[in-house]
Amino acid sequence: MRSRAWDAVQLASIGLLVSFLLLPVASLGLTLSWDELVTGLRHPLLLPAVRLSLTTSASSLTLVVVLGSLVAWWIARHAGRVSRLIESVTQLPAVIPPAVAGVGLLLAFGRRGLFGAFLERHGIALPFTTPAVVLAETFVSAPFFIQAAIAAFRRVDENLIAVARTLGASPFRTFLRVAVPLSAPGLVAGAAMSWARSLGEFGATLLFAGNLTGRTQTLPLAVYTAMESDLRAARALALVMVAASFGLLLVLRRVSSEGRDA
Amino acid sequence: MLEVRIARSVGSLQLDVDLSVSSGTVLVAGPNGAGKTTLLHLILGVSRPDAGRILLDGRPLFDGRVDVPAERRRLGYVPQDSALFPHLDVLGNVAFGLGHLPRAERRDRAGAWLTKLGVSDLARRRIAALSGGERQRVALARALAREPRALLLDEPFASLDPTSRRELRASVRGWLADWRLPALIVSHDPADASVADRIAVMERGRIVQQGTAEQLRAAPVSDFVAGFAARQAT
Repeated sequence: MRSRAWDAVQLASIGLLVSFLLLPVASLGLTLSWDELVTGLRHPLLLPAVRLSLTTSASSLTLVVVLGSLVAWWIARHAGRVSRLIESVTQLPAVIPPAVAGVGLLLAFGRRGLFGAFLERHGIALPFTTPAVVLAETFVSAPFFIQAAIAAFRRVDENLIAVARTLGASPFRTFLRVAVPLSAPGLVAGAAMSWARSLGEFGATLLFAGNLTGRTQTLPLAVYTAMESDLRAARALALVMVAASFGLLLVLRRVSSEGRDA
Repeated sequence: MLEVRIARSVGSLQLDVDLSVSSGTVLVAGPNGAGKTTLLHLILGVSRPDAGRILLDGRPLFDGRVDVPAERRRLGYVPQDSALFPHLDVLGNVAFGLGHLPRAERRDRAGAWLTKLGVSDLARRRIAALSGGERQRVALARALAREPRALLLDEPFASLDPTSRRELRASVRGWLADWRLPALIVSHDPADASVADRIAVMERGRIVQQGTAEQLRAAPVSDFVAGFAARQAT
């Protein structure tokens, strides 16, 4: 293909795809008047959903970052079949449709589920509770953090680890004082991706935790519920989510550019 | 005194080494892929021998039953590229191994070692802003600040320009003579033999010959030893 034609194909692709990606997001803002936005933001669904989304996504992020960092460090430091197998298992939720994940969580932790029956005997019922929201969000968002963390940890110079050990640092202190700070940009980027996924989680939450206002109704579920009765509220809620996602994207870009400059 | 008698299979390399270092300095020379760095890692405890034993001042660091973890072996280590922690400044690097001391004492001891190695003015400098020679001096200060019982240096002069290399070699020779610390220096550069009391030549995972530079020159057992000794003389 001649160079001018190639340029034209690329420009057309950019124009087409960028418009397609931008149009729905722009429509949310452009089709809503200021008064409609204010009315929508006062909708009774909004505050409980924002509060629940923030607390559950923060909880799932904490779980994912703490456990995921340890798992990612182990995978990054071990080659071989077992390590590859564990890595594949940690990536599994990323390729499972969220609704299927919800069914799986229900079959595992539901009252008659594989593990749920055991929990039930000890007085713990997870489905349709706030902890179920946290579990669903953890399930779908963990792969994003773990993959980023493995990549970041693999970039840590092996010599730095060896030197830290000879300087009296235990494996745990080496992890905390050397591996984590050196991998920080990658870990933060992974955490932001994971948080964004958690915040937007819908299908697994709906099937495993339900849609109960104040208990399991997160922002995406509140948008879905509001769509049925008040489109203005749905659009206002959606705008709140876009603002949160955009904020996350900015943080992500900032952190990754700092990582490149370091 | 550091006594090493270990075997380890790493891919196609069969490492089988018998070596001892008393209060002097031994230069382990050998071609690339001879197993020199692997040997250092086994002594340091960051990887594990298949068999054998490592004694430091008569006490086992490894003997099949005992395997002292790397952080408790009290061995100072300076890798080839100095491996300074880029997220800490110079003082932070030297103080890294002094976590067991109170903060003020930690800072004082780190500062004292920087002074001994002639780089006290770099204390607050970022690692990225250091020259090759400065990096090696800081890495040495960091290894020595923990008062190790033996010192292991991996190609300590390889990444330096010729002038810095000559200067640092002379300094290291002086320091090692003063401190009387058993030291093992891995190198493929014959000029580094000037720092050592004895040379042990390693080929394909084994020490093939040991002795002074003159002894090696007089009766080399392989082409590599002959070439190394000849280049050392020029």
